[in-house]
Amino acid sequence: MNAATQSVIEQVGTRSVSSIRADFPILHQQVNGHPLVYLDNAASSQHPQVVIDAISQYYQKNHANIHRGVHTLSQRATDQFEGAREEVRRFINAGCSKEVIFTRGTTEAINLVAESFLRPRLQPGDEILISALEHHANIVPWQHVCQHTGAVLKVIPITQAGEVDFTAFESLIGPRTKLLALAHVSNALGTVVPVENFIAAARKAGVPVLLDGAQAIPHSVVDVQKLDCDFYCFSAHKLCGPTGIGVLYGREALLQAMPPWQGGGDMILTVSFEKTTYNQLPWKFEAGTPHIAGAIGLGAALRYLNSLGMQNIAAYEQQLLAYATRQLSKVEGLRIIGTAPHKAAVVSFVTKNIHPHDLGTILDTEGVAIRTGHHCAMPVMSFYGIPATARASFAFYNTFAEIDRLVAALHHAQNVMG
Amino acid sequence: MDLKDLYRDVIVDHNKNPRNFGRLEPADLHADGHNPLCGDQLSVTVNMAGDRIADIRFDGSGCAISVASASLMTEAVRGKTLTEFASLHARVHELLTQHDSSIDPVSLGKLGALSGVREFPARVKCASLCWHTLQAALQHETNAISTE
Ligand SMILES: Cc1ncc(COP(=O)(O)O)c(C=O)c1O
Repeated sequence: MNAATQSVIEQVGTRSVSSIRADFPILHQQVNGHPLVYLDNAASSQHPQVVIDAISQYYQKNHANIHRGVHTLSQRATDQFEGAREEVRRFINAGCSKEVIFTRGTTEAINLVAESFLRPRLQPGDEILISALEHHANIVPWQHVCQHTGAVLKVIPITQAGEVDFTAFESLIGPRTKLLALAHVSNALGTVVPVENFIAAARKAGVPVLLDGAQAIPHSVVDVQKLDCDFYCFSAHKLCGPTGIGVLYGREALLQAMPPWQGGGDMILTVSFEKTTYNQLPWKFEAGTPHIAGAIGLGAALRYLNSLGMQNIAAYEQQLLAYATRQLSKVEGLRIIGTAPHKAAVVSFVTKNIHPHDLGTILDTEGVAIRTGHHCAMPVMSFYGIPATARASFAFYNTFAEIDRLVAALHHAQNVMG
Repeated sequence: MDLKDLYRDVIVDHNKNPRNFGRLEPADLHADGHNPLCGDQLSVTVNMAGDRIADIRFDGSGCAISVASASLMTEAVRGKTLTEFASLHARVHELLTQHDSSIDPVSLGKLGALSGVREFPARVKCASLCWHTLQAALQHETNAISTE
């Protein structure tokens, strides 16, 4: 049975998925002689025309350096850049736009917190708590600060299904814990971590919490005040926005107390050779000329996503996930890795006789783009005793018919590899 | 880009039934190779007779290209001197990486089946891992080598 015989209604809120697809020029092309099926959205998602237009309008009409110029273009660029910050604030419901710091992405946001917030607070023997399903971006910065301070990285184990073990967490968090840094959604497995429970326990223990939201924010409504986290990090390029721009949300009181991380222009008020005074939030953390077009593109992406409604997006993606899980489970010799009951639209899998890399290559010749490898989560792969997985990750512009194409391509791979 | 150029029958066969699979114990020489990007992991053990490769085995896990390449390599290098190995390695490397290579794949025997790999740049490392690993073993480098 496939989508053609199923008469599914593909609808995100009031909009049909076929009309949404028309917003994304890149989707309408042939790859290796087949219509592109793009299922690598967890790595990076695609851009609607309105985002591309916002960026090109900016370069065509409004580009200048921001903040210090008195001329018109500089004023326009500044307004647009700061306007984008306000879009972000609203999207994540931060209390004020001072709490929204532009970074190059999730990775830089986490490094900023590691170096500026955590490192000065650490004593030898202090502990940083992460989980076993983290992306390398939420592992390596902590290892760095541990190396420099004598602090210790503690890892909450995961279960076979790919869930963070809450009981183990309760026994790991303690008086020496100085930070809990958790993925909101796992990129390798799709697990949605019930971060609310972890945050509540951390609050009780007086432990600050950073959430790596890179994979959560494209699939759900994120409200940082309701979550009650201290830091939230994400990248624009997984949210239909450009690469090279991302966000660190931080609680104002914490950000105020943190020293600047990088020095340079924009982050200062006055400079003399004797003494430099620093700018206010959020600019204190934004040294140098930022990715202005990137922020504007991100703002446009958030408006676009809001027009569809994150709740509607989440609901449709859950339908895709359910269908993909069902259809993939029927493929002989295929095993899904990561079977938590609550997942984002990500399916990681291995097959009995075909290495994920061969699958990736063969699917590509059928026009189907998936990711294969360790997904920057090598400890997750070691946990399951596998070198790599194949991962199909979905966005709201994917269709049921595309899932059928994925399944057909997998059957083709089985034929090729005998 | 034709898939059948990459997954030729010889490759599919050597992936399913790798030759010289296992370990020589004891072995004169040994090296481990690792391709962190794909997680391919293989080890090569060699026994020498003078400067000739008298016997060779490989084991490990990886994609079809890396397994078949290693299997084909073990067949091709058995009995070769170190000098002959170096020249074969150079020719295979050129076959895998250079589009304008003048090397006739047929002249490489079964190894010629790897000529399709160069059309798939992401997969070149898979095919070359075993060769780098064997070279390391022959140079008495017992440390793990990596393609990164
Ligand atoms: C869960 C998670 N964290 C962090 C990152 C790193 O994001 P970026 O490379 O955009 O900094 C990613 C992206 O791959 C991710 O999926």
